Amino acid sequence: MTRGRIRSKIRRSNLYTFSCLQPQTTDTEGPNAVQGSRVVHCNQPHLHLKKPLKYCSNFISTTKYNVVTFLPKAIFEQFRRVANLYFLLAAVLSLTPISPFTPVSMIAPLAFVVGLSMAKEALEDSRRFVQDMKVNLRKVSVHKGDGVFGYRPWHKIRVGDVLKVEKDQFFPADLLLLSSSYEDGICYVETMNLDGETNLKVKRCLETTLSLDDDESFKDFLGKIRCEDPNPSLYTFVGNLEYDRQVFPLDPTQILLRDSKLRNTAFVYGVVVFTGHDSKVMQNATKSPSKRSTIEKKMDYIIYILFTLLVLISLISSLGFAVKTKYQVPDWWYLQPQKPDGVFDPTNPSLSGFYHLITALILYGYLIPISLYVSIEVVKVLQATFINQDIQMYDEESGNTAQARTSNLNEELGQVDTILSDKTGTLTCNQMDFLKCSIAGTAYGVRSSEVEVAAVQQMAIQEEEEVDLSNFPKRRGGRPVSRDNVERASEIELETVITSSNENDLKPTIKGFSFEDSRLMNGNWSKEPNADVHLLFFRILAICHTAIPEYNEATGSFTYEAESPDEGAFLVAAREFGFEFFRRTQSSVFVRERYTNSGEPVEMEYKILNVLDFTSKRKRMSVIVQDQEGQILLLCKGADSIIFDRLSKNGKMYEETTTRHLNEYGEAGLRTLALAYRKLEESQYATWNNEFQKAKTSIGGDREAVLERLSDMMERELILVGATAVEDKLQKGVPQCIDKLAQAGLKIWVLTGDKMETAINIGFACSLLRQGMQQICITTTNSDALVKDGKEGAKENILNQITNATQKIKLEKDPHAAFALIIDGKTLGYVLDDNMKHQFLGLAVDCASVICCRVSPKQKAEVTRLVKEGTGKTTLAIGDGANDVGMIQEADIGVGISGVEGMQAVMASDFSIAQFRFLERLLVVHGHWCYKRIAQMVCYFFYKNIAFGLTLFYFESFAAFSGQSIYDDWYMLLFNVILTSLPVISLGVFEQDVSSEVCLQVSMLITPKVVLPPYSSYPCCNTYTSTMLLQFPALYQQGPKNLFFDWYRILGWMGNGLYSSLVIFFLNIVIFYDQAFRVGGETADMEAVGTTMFTCIIWAVNCQIALTMSHFTWIQHLLVWGSIVTWYLFLFLYGMMSPLISGNAYQILVEVLGPAPIYWAATLLVTITCNLPYLAHISFQRCFNPMDHHIIQEIKYYKKDIEDRHMWTRERSKARQETKIGFTARVEAKIRQLRGRLQKKHSSNLGAS
Amino acid sequence: MTARCSLSSNARSNLFANSMKLHGILNGLKRIAFTKFSDSRFTQQELPACKPILTPRWVISAFLLVSVVFIPIGVASLFASRDVVEIVDRYETECIPLDNRTDKVNYIQTPGDKSCNRTITVPKRMKQPIYVYYQLDNFYQNHRRYVKSRSDAQLRDNSSASETSACKPEDMINGKPIVPCGLIAWSLFNDTYSFSRNNSTLVVNKKDISWKSDREHKFGSNVYPTNFQSNETLIGGASLDPTKPLSEQEDLIVWMRTAALPTFRKLYGKIEVDLEADDVISVTLQNRYNTYSFNGKKKLALSTTSWLGGKNDFLGIAYLTVGGLCFFLALIFTLVYLVKPRRLGDPSYLSWNRNPGGH
Repeated sequence: MTRGRIRSKIRRSNLYTFSCLQPQTTDTEGPNAVQGSRVVHCNQPHLHLKKPLKYCSNFISTTKYNVVTFLPKAIFEQFRRVANLYFLLAAVLSLTPISPFTPVSMIAPLAFVVGLSMAKEALEDSRRFVQDMKVNLRKVSVHKGDGVFGYRPWHKIRVGDVLKVEKDQFFPADLLLLSSSYEDGICYVETMNLDGETNLKVKRCLETTLSLDDDESFKDFLGKIRCEDPNPSLYTFVGNLEYDRQVFPLDPTQILLRDSKLRNTAFVYGVVVFTGHDSKVMQNATKSPSKRSTIEKKMDYIIYILFTLLVLISLISSLGFAVKTKYQVPDWWYLQPQKPDGVFDPTNPSLSGFYHLITALILYGYLIPISLYVSIEVVKVLQATFINQDIQMYDEESGNTAQARTSNLNEELGQVDTILSDKTGTLTCNQMDFLKCSIAGTAYGVRSSEVEVAAVQQMAIQEEEEVDLSNFPKRRGGRPVSRDNVERASEIELETVITSSNENDLKPTIKGFSFEDSRLMNGNWSKEPNADVHLLFFRILAICHTAIPEYNEATGSFTYEAESPDEGAFLVAAREFGFEFFRRTQSSVFVRERYTNSGEPVEMEYKILNVLDFTSKRKRMSVIVQDQEGQILLLCKGADSIIFDRLSKNGKMYEETTTRHLNEYGEAGLRTLALAYRKLEESQYATWNNEFQKAKTSIGGDREAVLERLSDMMERELILVGATAVEDKLQKGVPQCIDKLAQAGLKIWVLTGDKMETAINIGFACSLLRQGMQQICITTTNSDALVKDGKEGAKENILNQITNATQKIKLEKDPHAAFALIIDGKTLGYVLDDNMKHQFLGLAVDCASVICCRVSPKQKAEVTRLVKEGTGKTTLAIGDGANDVGMIQEADIGVGISGVEGMQAVMASDFSIAQFRFLERLLVVHGHWCYKRIAQMVCYFFYKNIAFGLTLFYFESFAAFSGQSIYDDWYMLLFNVILTSLPVISLGVFEQDVSSEVCLQVSMLITPKVVLPPYSSYPCCNTYTSTMLLQFPALYQQGPKNLFFDWYRILGWMGNGLYSSLVIFFLNIVIFYDQAFRVGGETADMEAVGTTMFTCIIWAVNCQIALTMSHFTWIQHLLVWGSIVTWYLFLFLYGMMSPLISGNAYQILVEVLGPAPIYWAATLLVTITCNLPYLAHISFQRCFNPMDHHIIQEIKYYKKDIEDRHMWTRERSKARQETKIGFTARVEAKIRQLRGRLQKKHSSNLGAS
Repeated sequence: MTARCSLSSNARSNLFANSMKLHGILNGLKRIAFTKFSDSRFTQQELPACKPILTPRWVISAFLLVSVVFIPIGVASLFASRDVVEIVDRYETECIPLDNRTDKVNYIQTPGDKSCNRTITVPKRMKQPIYVYYQLDNFYQNHRRYVKSRSDAQLRDNSSASETSACKPEDMINGKPIVPCGLIAWSLFNDTYSFSRNNSTLVVNKKDISWKSDREHKFGSNVYPTNFQSNETLIGGASLDPTKPLSEQEDLIVWMRTAALPTFRKLYGKIEVDLEADDVISVTLQNRYNTYSFNGKKKLALSTTSWLGGKNDFLGIAYLTVGGLCFFLALIFTLVYLVKPRRLGDPSYLSWNRNPGGH
């Protein structure tokens, strides 16, 4: 608290030249014209208790149900499924004599299915409720009257309340900033949860409310706000404050948004304007939709087909029944047709026919598998537990596992086509590390970026491979060459990355500083040539910024609260180099400088004369300082292109080498800035400053233009000092993961709220962009004036850009040319608006990578929707913050990154993983498996029920369509529930077409052979070797191409079912026709025929599933063969029961069927005949038209991967989609470059010897 | 001063190391506390598994195996079926005097003596036991109304005689339960046959023609027919001897086993002497059962059995067909592999090798 007080004395506004240059008096402008009707009485929340001023409370709820609505709503949800509705109807009708079955056999399965699903819903919703309550019960300090503040939970806050929010707290609602702990009423806000931006934002209160800066002053505070109605736009606000009988216009800089965080400011006072669901962040939240997977949607169509079939055969049956009843039954005296009952009345055949229609619909209900949904549900839950328990997606650091939060999208993971990713917190850790620098034309920093490490490693592998190949015919002589080659490989390493193996690699890492080079550390820089330039370089790092130091008592050093993380990294770097920035006053910066390791630190004061702020337009920032000797310096850091344009003639000394270094850094994905300075004469400065001050205080439209021109005038004639390279720390394994995903044929879009420059840098760092890729930037023209006077003009401009770019891509001849599309949020606003979006989408689809920057959460969702609906393919959105919630909910699959602050993204997501890199395993292994499992399972389900259900129909035509089933009721009940469901579940849970080691495999083949001592210590290198390598990512494409659930396959399975039903029924009917079926002369009754038929069905469908499976563990064996055994067991036990229960099935196995050879002969014949076509089909397909997984299975089976390693590695490297983005593409480029260098060296060596 | 500096940096690194250690311990604790999963081969989906794949050898051997097993079974079945001697005599028209053939229904419904003589010649030697069947046609014993119309409880136990609710419309008469109730029992077949060869009677053994379990457990030995066929206006089929318990009424027991198809045979009795070829057997039958209203055929069948049952060539033919088909398929696959072999695990068949570039 005391620290905050001290700091609040600094008039921070002086540091922010541009922001403070705004005219101090706003009353010269008139009040805003407010369109909305919202009125807020400040400090009078009681006025908002009654309509029309009663606004919604600050209670938020994201649950789908509450206690009252759960039952009706959840039941409604359940019976929205056509199949469930049908079964409900059937269950109701089973209470009448119309039903062919007993009521229990209809109601029990339905109750089970619906109950299970509802229990799942309840559990999921209760989790959401708990999360909501956590937020609602957070406490905040509220003005309770008479200048007394007290804590109250968030949900009790009303519009008009005055709040006091303290440092590092979240704002509970949208507030109007009244005052802050700083005298000039500014505060810093972190909006990461809103838009993902990590920069602190400055908010500023109105001049008039500045005085309200302690609790007492709110005793009599009254005011009235008129403002716009609640809306989702984060960056606009229109309103007026009526206070002190005056009207003041309000703009977004006075508004503090819910879910953003107060930073660097001790406290603020604010009045609540929008609460709860009216707040901007909640307005941005789209309603969480219930998602269904593609397979499930398609399954509905199959259900419709089956339903049509069901109705059709029911109609045939009832028509047949009516006709028989009318014309024949009157003669069937044994039925006593003269004594009709309700449903059987030969005198009224049409009514009987109608009743019979219902009977038939229930009877043939077996065509529509009631257990399908529940089996799928069970399978998905089990699949989800496997996902949750996968140790390879377990994050050691956070202790988080992957979580399938909604299990009904598992198989969708295997069909993803486009990934839309957030940047901050997802791809990056939002931590900048100072990695390299170039001072006075010399490059420093030996630690290599991940791309470089991988390039060397990859090359070593390839070299070895080539040698092996060349040695293939003469293995014996291969050894020396091979060793030579290893030497060569390590030579490359030595050359490209100067190793630091002598250094202690285990020394604790410093956050923000990964620099390693003994030439600069410990004051050694003073021994370098041009030590004076080095000194200047470090000073620029230590002085040219706007950060505030904070003493950290725990570590005894200073940490810095900077506006952007790179600035923080610079300061940390400067500190480590011996230039510790430790104090800032209103006008000065104090730095403790130590020139040699043994030397005493010297405290230096630099007077800050001016700060020329950083804006994305200027792309540079300067400070003008006066050191203790009175020397005035302009210190400048900025984008290299900008700085290089402004160098003086004699300042270009290091330009050439620095440019080369900058290119290298850029290629390595680092963020670069160039540093320069200029010495100023006092008189020269004085004249400029005069003008500058005059411009500052002037009021008028061109003020900013004048200021900019003046700054520009000063930032000239610079002298280049060097350049810095900062690594925007990517999360572990991100480039590799992106690379593999790209090879699996997935498209990756990055949607970020960050600046365009940052986004592009990250694009480089994770290989979405690379040098040589043509960047297409689509932006609105810079001059805002043009946009203002013609929205149409802007649109036309954008449209032109899009068509030009599309044309350019079309005309491109080079097949390897890659394009990257970069677009900003403002432009996106126009693009998404109207019919332009399809052109945009067309262009975006043609580009290898797409990066959208400065997009709002709503826009993220809109882009996601555009991709989803425009391409019709499956999209996956991944993000970590509240700003990603919209897109996570909009996409077909939403993935949240857990383990970071804020759980909003995770709460809204369908899956959560601890780190981005786990996405690879989630998609390529689990997604692929789940997709295949579910697809095969659903197909098989329909097959099995068609095979069974149709036999019922055939029998009807032999039973006068009377609705009699040939099977015992118990057989039918058990068919779906026990006898055939477990094998399907085992197929759905345990099937693996190829093992995960084939989907992914540790690069065991490589590491033991090539020794890579320099790398083993590097964390990034360890990551690479221990990261799973995708072996055949292209296998994933079977999912997006939907090879296993297309209509051809579905209809094939249905045809198989039809064939099986015919075989089962007619073979049995003819075998048991009329003659004796045993040596004892007995003829078969209905029970014997029915039981034999059912035995055949059980055998046939279980053998079928065994043929379908390609992976048998003991579980599959147990369940498949166990099902058959269970059937005999059941038959035996059922036969042992009292004949009152078993009826004609009494002792049927022991006495009737067991001793009859014909029973067993029929079973064998029918089973084999049923499966013969399928067997022939798959044999034929495997023989002539093998699919990828077939070949890989064979390779594995014959252990060819071990015998013929080259082939295996070769295929592995080929088994990927042609990619233009990703790590591999870049690594290949790098390899070419290195190889060229190596060759040169070799030839020179040869020449020397 | 130098010393102080280095000390401070030492202290810093010490602190740092300590905090790292602490961090590690915390992490360990966290893992213990939050690790819900076990790192077993089951949860990691790495259970040992056999992964059979259909190699050509497997395919061909499978087809060959099927044909090798099926063809002998087929041959054996055919032989068994051929061994069976079966005589079928259709009599529903012939047993009606020529004058009455215009209105057969009326004839059958009028009481009177309806005996009829038939002669059958034995084509081949028939070894005992020779089973006597009656065969009905177009008789829907599998009609839902018919099948349901019985009361197992009543048949089993005397005390449940009144459980007739399922038997409608043949449940009660004058408020008293019918035993055995229901349409099935009511429509019991009542033609009778007696056989003689060379004027000596061939005894038809009507014992043990039903399932043993039926006699012992389903049809009670203390249940006697009561009120059965007592409605004179509506007599269905045969009457039962009220002095014999149901467990001994084997014709009823056989009849109560409803047939699956509208054409069915039921066992009538057994002749326990051998019949020689060209024996002429005269049958005296009482033609009482009404199949004329629904144009049902009536047949008398005499048949021996083999281990496979009665005469039915279908099973053998089916086995031979499937076996032959499999042999044919095995042949085709063999030929294909000889003519156009595909090396197993040949990577050139991988999709990215077959159409390079495009996927």
